[in-house]
Amino acid sequence: MPLAYTPTNVPVTINADACIADKGCTVCVDVCPLDVLAIDMAKGTAYMKYDECWYCMPCEADCPTNAVTVSIPYLLR
Amino acid sequence: MTTDNSETIMQVDVLVIGGGTAGPMAAVKAKQANPKLNVVLLEKANVKRSGCISMGMDGLNNAVIPGHATPEQYVKEITVANDGIVNQKTVMAYAQKSFDMINLLDSWGVKFEKDETGDYNVKKVHHMGTYVLPMPEGHHMKRILYRQLKKHRVKVINRFMVTRLLTGKHGELAGAVLLNSRTAEIAVIQAKAVILCTGAAGRLGLPSSGYLFGTYENPTNAGDGYALAYHAGAELSGLECYQINPLIKDYNGPACAYVTGPFGGYTANAEGQRFIECDYWSGQMMLEFYRELESGRGPVFLKLDHLAEETIDEIEVILHSNERPSRGRFHERRGNNYRERMVEMHISEIGFCSGHSASGVWVDENARTTVPGIYAAGDLACVPHNYMLGAFVYGAIAGQDAAEYCAGHEFAELDMQQIEMEKARVLAPLQRQDGITPYQMEYKLRRMVNDYLQPPKVTKKMEIGMERFSEIRDDLQYLCASDPHELMRATEMQFILDCAEMAAAASLYRTESRWGLYHYRVDYPQTDDANWYCHVQTIKGDTDQPECFKREIAPYIVELNDEEKGAYSKLRVASTSA
Repeated sequence: MPLAYTPTNVPVTINADACIADKGCTVCVDVCPLDVLAIDMAKGTAYMKYDECWYCMPCEADCPTNAVTVSIPYLLR
Repeated sequence: MTTDNSETIMQVDVLVIGGGTAGPMAAVKAKQANPKLNVVLLEKANVKRSGCISMGMDGLNNAVIPGHATPEQYVKEITVANDGIVNQKTVMAYAQKSFDMINLLDSWGVKFEKDETGDYNVKKVHHMGTYVLPMPEGHHMKRILYRQLKKHRVKVINRFMVTRLLTGKHGELAGAVLLNSRTAEIAVIQAKAVILCTGAAGRLGLPSSGYLFGTYENPTNAGDGYALAYHAGAELSGLECYQINPLIKDYNGPACAYVTGPFGGYTANAEGQRFIECDYWSGQMMLEFYRELESGRGPVFLKLDHLAEETIDEIEVILHSNERPSRGRFHERRGNNYRERMVEMHISEIGFCSGHSASGVWVDENARTTVPGIYAAGDLACVPHNYMLGAFVYGAIAGQDAAEYCAGHEFAELDMQQIEMEKARVLAPLQRQDGITPYQMEYKLRRMVNDYLQPPKVTKKMEIGMERFSEIRDDLQYLCASDPHELMRATEMQFILDCAEMAAAASLYRTESRWGLYHYRVDYPQTDDANWYCHVQTIKGDTDQPECFKREIAPYIVELNDEEKGAYSKLRVASTSA
């Protein structure tokens, strides 16, 4: 039973210029109740790895550099 | 993964599962009761922002404050709102401790609305009494709880979920099997007592948007505790009394009439007419909501456009900074300005939640389940309409009682075979190279829940639903997860399947209609007190299928007269009845 992947537009976006994940910050990853964010080690920024968002906003509220923006997922907008 | 017994085994006195609302309170109170106890608070996410109050809460919905309400009045209100099916002792235990809890939270720094004399500024939303206490700055709730956890030196373990509780030779609690959602590490905790604080079963129905995680409840609340209690042999109750809530359409969060009601906002039909007397969430209210939604005067809206500018400003500040702050963002994109037009509403997917309805793990007034050593508090514990304050009160009760229980009990012996079987079950999806993903299986399961279990309930449809669920259970052998995160979802998906089967079994068992829309059976449309004035309990039967039986309602400690009994059956505004 082979698998295929369906691309999807994710609701949480990160401003790479403002993100300080390269300095060791993981606040947004830590506070997400659904654990959907991760750090891209190569780029040194956070990103949304799984499209499983409750649009609850701790990631945006707790980011020390205001790098995170939560949009309403497209299906709900 | 090796097959030796190399997993971590930890020993703790009290294991609190779930760090949202009831959990932190339970852990703090267990520690206060006996500071020497080893108390661990386990959280699937991170306690700093976990649970359904991750962004705080805009008010208390059920504050019993002297001068505004009495415990007896409150017990009456909830008895009537829940169509008589309550264990009044549990509601009374909440009501009597409600005021002390408000004062405790106040002393911890939670900011409640007060009047110019410093008294709590309580508002009327319920049909009979006055119980709503606004918290316009309630967004700081989680920070306050976190501070208390640190102060009381509660050990916190984040990013672990419990997959099964372990039981001893006599059916008592022995411990829990844990799964790390980032590494797929399996760990075992031997415990004298556990307190289940895992919240509602919020991922049971599929929201009409089709987005798996766009649920009313925080979607991390997949019904873990309901399934854990079930497999450990505990009784569950009122599972046919679903949670269904009136929400902002598509956004699927509260509108929120409890906040706007006291300011003059209300639920209206397309003509802008009020059609229900009272916006307090009950099954009877939901039935009127559903009827209006499906009628020629539908759909249903939240009406604020008649209010003064400064009133709307105040409402916006509360609604767009608390509980579900992304509401404002949703409205902006739709061009929904409260000043100019009404906001379209809809009904939520079904779920289990005793915080709003009555579907829960059976507990007594000490938060004890029917299994020695297992406690439950918060949305998943069957204390009807308990809300956030009820979660705090029952968290406190459970923490104190569990601490006492530890003093009189030794650790039950762990059964290594139970652990090995569970480890194999949980990790199986990770060992498959391909198959069916947890997302596909969950989507299909939850679509079937909508198609066959959502009220109005029809006997044959629910029976077909059972067949579909059983086919999905057969497919579990193909469930595959490509990383530890997906394994967490695969494990949750199996909890949801347990809950779906329990929901169908309990709904089929009660052959009458009750609680308005929550248990509206088209082929048994009447309420039948002669046969069904009782609790319906669900347990895991000998054949591994849910089994239901009746439990008598304990004699009321607060009597009701006939007029009071009928109060919630007269919710429709007379001029709008068909």
